[in-house]
Amino acid sequence: MAHEHVPANPAPVAHGAHTAHGAHEHEHPTAWTYIKVGIILTLITVVEVWAYYIRSFVESRAFVPSLLIMSIAKFIIVVAFYMHLKYDHKLFRWLFTGPLAIAVVTIIALLILFGQIGSNLAAS
Amino acid sequence: MTASVHPHAPAPVHVHYTTTGLDNRKVAIWAFIGSECMLFASLISTYLIYKGRSRVGPFPHDPWTNPLTGQANQGILDIPVTSASTFVLLMSSLAMVLALAAVQNKHLPKRTQGERILGSSQLWLFMTALLGTTFLGFQAYEFTAFVNEGLTIKTNLFGSTFFTLTGFHGAHVTAGVLWLLTLLAIDRRRSLGPADALNVDICALYWHFVDVVWIAIFTLVYLIK
Repeated sequence: MAHEHVPANPAPVAHGAHTAHGAHEHEHPTAWTYIKVGIILTLITVVEVWAYYIRSFVESRAFVPSLLIMSIAKFIIVVAFYMHLKYDHKLFRWLFTGPLAIAVVTIIALLILFGQIGSNLAAS
Repeated sequence: MTASVHPHAPAPVHVHYTTTGLDNRKVAIWAFIGSECMLFASLISTYLIYKGRSRVGPFPHDPWTNPLTGQANQGILDIPVTSASTFVLLMSSLAMVLALAAVQNKHLPKRTQGERILGSSQLWLFMTALLGTTFLGFQAYEFTAFVNEGLTIKTNLFGSTFFTLTGFHGAHVTAGVLWLLTLLAIDRRRSLGPADALNVDICALYWHFVDVVWIAIFTLVYLIK
């Protein structure tokens, strides 16, 4: 790890990447893009809460998967646009998605192990 | 490598690059966020494992009868209040990303009133901290209401896992608000500029992570019955 002294106001460098080393550099989305993303996130949240109050939909088999899909969509939108992972160096993507995959697999494995999901399969 | 500094040159800034060409602080925050994913996975899975296994009320969604008073009660979760707090946290993420953009583009000229508003890092840092504090206020209200209705961390499995999970999240939000207030104080003392963008970016990544954790909690704990 090298320690360098650089001027206080260098040209803006994307997300901690050192351009001299050939790392990725991308333009940030505009403020309007961020606002549009905020509106989309709000709309998805409204649909989620609306779905919660439709009794027939709550009792249907589509309720839980649709809520999970909407939640995952919000998760991906925030991570991709607000956390800039869409535009950032792929090492950061691996640093995040690797542990996230382990976390998701752990949750699913524990839920199966404790019979919260897949109990019908075990019973049959 | 150390470059000689001219007497009239801008003050030097220490930048720690790794062999990957990436700043090590940025690598560190992503590694930290990765580890936090696993922390919250353990808390969420514990909540889900014990979901529906409480022997006594209050329950999250199902009605229950108070054994002492005989009073019938509905599920304890207050979805309208939590929906409002979720909206507040999502908007805080928007304010955070606008604060970062304002710091990164501080050197650009602001011609219109809209550009001046969007370019005010102090405004957006303040808004993010304010919205984060509002979220904490909602959480304090919710916790107080639950305790008044007889749900504490010791009442049943739902109470233990719910307060642990949401309490840990609230602690993270509190740490984020303190971090934001620190950045705001620095911005007021000496205006944050493009050279400080990485410090703001690291705080922003932490804040957005706290937001995405809440997105998962809101669905898994509050909406799915």
